Amino acid sequence: MTTERVIEAFEVRKNYAGGTEGAGLNGFDLEVSAGTVTGLLGPNGAGKTTAVRILATLLTMDSGEARIAGYDVRRQGAEVRRRIGLVGQSAAVDEILTGKQNLVMFGRLNHLGHAKAVRRADELLERFSLTESAALPASKYSGGMRRRLDLAASLIVAPAVLFVDEPTTGLDPGGRAEVWSAVRELVKGGTTVLLTTQYLDEADQLADRISMLKAGKVVAEGTPDALKAQLGADWLDLVVTEQDDVQHIRQLVDRLADGEVRVDGLRVSIPVKDRTRALVEVATLLQGANIEPEDITLRRPTLDEVFLNLTGSGVPA
Amino acid sequence: MTARLGWALADGWTITRRALLHWRMQPWPVIFGWFFPVLMLLMFGALLGGAMETPAGESYYELLVPGIFALAMLFGLEATMTAVTTDVAKGVTDRFRSLPMSSAAVVLGRCIADLLDSAVGLLVLSGAGLALGWRWHGSMLEALAAFGLLLLLRFALLWVGIFIGLAVKNAQSIMAVQVLIWPIGFLSSAFVATSTMPDWLGTIAQWNPLSAAATAARSLFGNPDPSAASWIGDHALEAAIIGPLLLTAIFLPLSAATFRRLSN
Ligand SMILES: Nc1ncnc2c1ncn2[C@@H]1O[C@H](COP(=O)(O)OP(=O)(O)OP(=O)(O)O)[C@@H](O)[C@H]1O
Ligand SMILES: [Mg+2]
Repeated sequence: MTTERVIEAFEVRKNYAGGTEGAGLNGFDLEVSAGTVTGLLGPNGAGKTTAVRILATLLTMDSGEARIAGYDVRRQGAEVRRRIGLVGQSAAVDEILTGKQNLVMFGRLNHLGHAKAVRRADELLERFSLTESAALPASKYSGGMRRRLDLAASLIVAPAVLFVDEPTTGLDPGGRAEVWSAVRELVKGGTTVLLTTQYLDEADQLADRISMLKAGKVVAEGTPDALKAQLGADWLDLVVTEQDDVQHIRQLVDRLADGEVRVDGLRVSIPVKDRTRALVEVATLLQGANIEPEDITLRRPTLDEVFLNLTGSGVPA
Repeated sequence: MTARLGWALADGWTITRRALLHWRMQPWPVIFGWFFPVLMLLMFGALLGGAMETPAGESYYELLVPGIFALAMLFGLEATMTAVTTDVAKGVTDRFRSLPMSSAAVVLGRCIADLLDSAVGLLVLSGAGLALGWRWHGSMLEALAAFGLLLLLRFALLWVGIFIGLAVKNAQSIMAVQVLIWPIGFLSSAFVATSTMPDWLGTIAQWNPLSAAATAARSLFGNPDPSAASWIGDHALEAAIIGPLLLTAIFLPLSAATFRRLSN
């Protein structure tokens, strides 16, 4: 069975008029299969929003090609817009109107009849647990509620593809959880989702595949596990109780480390190749030096570390 | 083609309804907008009225009311700009642009809503004017023509507002424009005879589209007009039609281009 590609982008370039050289997209490629969630991960200014806006026909590219469900975003914009939903970086709802009024209005603008728009609004309010606040102006909503209303508004006519641009930036943990479960619900319904985020755990939690974006170009792509594996080394974490031990351990394990040893307070992280042998050798070394570690763990690299390796820049917390 | 036009109208109506819902949800800004010109009328009429000379010694309100009508059209600009900028800033414009709706509808809806707003404003202001002693002395038809010309000016200014609203994109710049509106309003024949101004200033004031609308309205209402006899003063009616059309011819394409540039 061949999986259908619903999002395809090839060599997309975009330079903002009056923007800095190199800002925007510099040969952006992406392929997304139907029914999957793809996370577009990148630090501030990597070009996530630019990519989403181009795919959603809100922005024109300078060169390259992109298709949504087979329709060219440049030449068949109207067809594309019939098949997409967009949840922008800031919640794009009418703050003066109530939640329900918002959904009915967007329903009408999706060319549903009045009765149908009202029915759909009620369904969506129910589905996103907003029924109780349906009659409140959106300005009175919490960040998480507004995001959910925003999501609901994008789903009035079940889109084939949903773009979600940094859905949880600025939300508290409760709000994030609400939005995450809403996105998971959607995917169950068969929608293809392209989600941008700066949070690695978010991509890890929600995405089937991740594309890492740096300076307008995808620098790595794959499943979260594959990405972690691709970036090789496992880590051996040691936590000690004395600051003196940290330096001591650094010297002891230098020969074993497959890369640079990282120190974070009382935690020493050693990149290692051969997991079991490394564990045994480190344990032996520690015993010989009479150091009793508080904790010793062997683990796969976190996405943070993958990201750091690939992009050479830290990730905003 | 006809189907597309049909949807443009239907979507336009949805956007108009949205504005009407805004009025219902937040009535105070709209009501304030209607009564602010009444306040101006009272202020200028009561404070300065005594010192004003009218051509045949009529009440100053006879002259002032049509002037304030024109001024109210200018103030309407602010509501248009603010609404447009807010939608752009909040991402609502982007949401509209990502929907399979006609983009003309967004503007059409804005247009209808703002003209309705101004029509109600004129009604309120007329009521206040009548209560203060202003009268129209011509026929009903002439009075309607005067209101028509005023709304034509509002229509033209709507495009100016949409253009500025789309171009500046942020609330702070809107403040600057709001301040600039005042000198534009005063530099006209809305309050005083342009003949009392220094020559060069009087000429500028006479060519202000606001003056043309005020002068044309005065002549249609049969109210006194203090404008010095001049070519533009004699052709106020023509100017009150051509001026707004010219403004529209400039700012409508500019607005459309700026709207399209949102995607650059
Ligand atoms: N309208 C614009 N004009 C000029 N430059 C722009 C414009 N919009 C974005 N840029 C620049 O393009 C680059 C990519 O921006 P983009 O908004 O796509 O990044 P992002 O990955 O979404 O970042 P963030 O995480 O901050 O949302 C940045 O350097 C930004 O400064
Ligand atoms: Mg962004």
